[in-house]
Amino acid sequence: MLAQAVRRLLLAIPTLLAIVAAAFVLMHLAPGGPFTKERQMPPEIERRLLAEYNLDQPIHVQLGHYLAGLVRGDLGPSMTYKDKDVVDIIAEGAPTSAILGLSAMALAIVVGSFLGVIAALRQNKAQDYLIMGLAIAGVCLPALVVGPIMQLFFGIQWQILPTQGLHRDEFGVVYLLLPVLTLSLPIIAIVSRLMRASMIEALRSNAIRTARAKGLPEAQVIWRHALPIAMLPVVSYAGPALAGVMAGSFVIETVFALPGIGKQFVLAAQQRDYTLVMGVVLIYSFLIILLNLAADLMYRVLDPRSRAA
Amino acid sequence: MAALWTDRRRLLTGAGGLTAAAALGACANGQIVGFDKAKRSLDICNQGEPLSLDPHKAVGTWENNIIGNMFVGLTTEDAKGEPIAGMAERWETSADGLTWTFQLRRAQWSDGEACDAHDFAFAFRRILNPENMSEYASLLFPIKNAEAVASGRMETGAVGVNALDDLTLEIQLEHPAAYLPQLLMHYTAYPVPKHIVERYGDDWVQPDHIAVNGAFKLVKWWSNYIVHLERNPQFFDAANVVMENLYFYPSNDVNAAARRVLSGEAGWSTRFPSNQVEQLRRDLPGYVRVSQYLTCNYFSFNTAKAPFNDVRVRQALTMAYDRTWVAANIYRTGEQAAYSFVPPGIMEYPGTARYRWADQPIEQRRQAAERLLRAAGFGPNNPLRFEFTHRNTSDNPRVAVIVQSNWRAIAPWVTVELRGVETQVHYANLRAKNFDIGDGAWSADFNDAKNYLFLLETRTGAQNYPSYSNAEYDRLVHESDFEIDAARRGETMSRAEQIALDEAPICTSVFINSTNLVHPDLTGYEDNISDFHRARWFGIRNA
Repeated sequence: MLAQAVRRLLLAIPTLLAIVAAAFVLMHLAPGGPFTKERQMPPEIERRLLAEYNLDQPIHVQLGHYLAGLVRGDLGPSMTYKDKDVVDIIAEGAPTSAILGLSAMALAIVVGSFLGVIAALRQNKAQDYLIMGLAIAGVCLPALVVGPIMQLFFGIQWQILPTQGLHRDEFGVVYLLLPVLTLSLPIIAIVSRLMRASMIEALRSNAIRTARAKGLPEAQVIWRHALPIAMLPVVSYAGPALAGVMAGSFVIETVFALPGIGKQFVLAAQQRDYTLVMGVVLIYSFLIILLNLAADLMYRVLDPRSRAA
Repeated sequence: MAALWTDRRRLLTGAGGLTAAAALGACANGQIVGFDKAKRSLDICNQGEPLSLDPHKAVGTWENNIIGNMFVGLTTEDAKGEPIAGMAERWETSADGLTWTFQLRRAQWSDGEACDAHDFAFAFRRILNPENMSEYASLLFPIKNAEAVASGRMETGAVGVNALDDLTLEIQLEHPAAYLPQLLMHYTAYPVPKHIVERYGDDWVQPDHIAVNGAFKLVKWWSNYIVHLERNPQFFDAANVVMENLYFYPSNDVNAAARRVLSGEAGWSTRFPSNQVEQLRRDLPGYVRVSQYLTCNYFSFNTAKAPFNDVRVRQALTMAYDRTWVAANIYRTGEQAAYSFVPPGIMEYPGTARYRWADQPIEQRRQAAERLLRAAGFGPNNPLRFEFTHRNTSDNPRVAVIVQSNWRAIAPWVTVELRGVETQVHYANLRAKNFDIGDGAWSADFNDAKNYLFLLETRTGAQNYPSYSNAEYDRLVHESDFEIDAARRGETMSRAEQIALDEAPICTSVFINSTNLVHPDLTGYEDNISDFHRARWFGIRNA
């Protein structure tokens, strides 16, 4: 298992390189550049700016410079935020995005799995329809709508929860309640639907029939034997999905005014901040690879069949 | 049973503990009071994230909102945004208007070092040094040799700014510039602490290093989240500064900014969604502040190519655009239709230049437009087709639809295609002359007509989007630079503007208003055309 994990991690290096090269070229293909502004600057200054960031060189030379920097562990200076390096900006945003993503995912897996199991046990009954109806709503309603509605009720109408930021330059935990809830709703919906389907299937499997035939209590059959099997699709969904939410959500971070890298990424793309975009792409791809690997390892723990294979 | 009971008790204890913890947490993180009268703090929704807090690298108004509280130039803004003495106590101008001598007040940087004329001389040389790559350096080109230095043709020592002694600064100009006091309050003309910049280089602006000479100093800057300033006790007028802490949030989303004010978590937002103005007036009585501003929205004709090299085509389209309707129906905060390029209310400017047909009803203008287009050779057999490109942000797409219908209404053989583009791409296209007609906006950096008229000068180059070139226009604008008498200078510039309006290289649209949400108990906030509001002047009503 360890050998496999190491092999997968080594394979990640060429994958990351390919992603970096593709993102780099795509980014530079977009029209406009980091220094295209309303006010024109003196030509000498524009020339020096372009030279400073190697933007006056052919694209393959620029890519070479960038990769050489990466090898040294240097993500470069931000092209729009003149006083900061890409590493600083990511370090300032990543913790909030990560906490937000992890909490939302944890909440979603617990609540979503529970609802999914209930729906599966009460298949085609009122509870099932109610839960699945809510799940459909959860998937359909975008955070852009749910977030402001929550702010409106909890923050403005009832004044019981803060709606924006993290309590100035401190880090207030209650400030994360609404964003975590908003971020987790669509994931809860997806998890519960996945769970319902796989639970129904698990309950019909030979293993469960055997467990019941042996006279195990129903609670034990469901929670101890059926649940691990039914978790498998949820785990394979949760791995990459966790990478997605941990890399930040533009909508959540904008609506709740949080310092995350999701917002940085979108703004950087709009402002053609090539180095910052590349930095976030790199983190995101690395997370995807890592969490996919983690999901595969989880599989082995949960499903004895995959160990044999 | 007993086990269950114990469990339940444990559960209850746990739940109780959790609730208590949550309550404690809630108290510790108690909801922010955006305008806290007891703590004298103000939470501010600013337009965007500062690209830099170094006054020599900043480029935007939202940076100015922060930096302008940290530094004071030779002149500075009063509560109305008008120039008053800043670091300079008084100044004299030579008879030819070319040499200005400033007497500085004794003052200190926030670290206790003296802030004197040498810091100013150092700052002017630094921003004009091409190695510093200041995008806004061109604003200082009225200073002697500034352009030559910024272009690398002269050494930085040649810049016409010299410290005669610790408290006397002399500035020499290329041409008389009556607007120098306005210009010198701009952030490009702020001093920087020589001793700190020399020590830390570009990192001098980090919170651990920075020293400021203004009313507030930088405490923390968390990227794309918050900039925290606190009162600077070393500021020369610190005794009269009321506010203790300022928190600036980059609020790219105007709706989120408005919600932040609605929930009481911010006391001032530098913008609000104009389509919600009635609702905001109702829900936040006394907060809505709308004021005339220095921005003109206009459309550029690409005069380098047919058919827009024909003045009749440009005039026809300019006449047929119903800007009064657009101002009243698309913009919701009382914007004025633009029948000139320079907005009303500009200092020392007569504001008499105007489209000659401005008072005609739109129907009559439309007919005149059709006659002009027919005279230019267009008609059913030779239809006029072109593309109108616009920024796909805020109200611009909605304006574009009206523009299209106005121009189609001239005659059935006029066809307008619309294309919305990302702002960055749009300006790149305008500069590369890759358009037929393109929209755009210009906000002056300081309150002077020259700051608009230079855009249409031949020598402006790429930023002269319509590629307009008129020898008489160029001559008049240039001549105004050398005119010392303010009234005559305004007259000369006004004649130039009239030429541009008659030849219509651009079609002006509306003058945009500034829109702010301000806590009604915040005093010292006064509406003004520059939309400058320095927290130094703020106070608290009903404290």
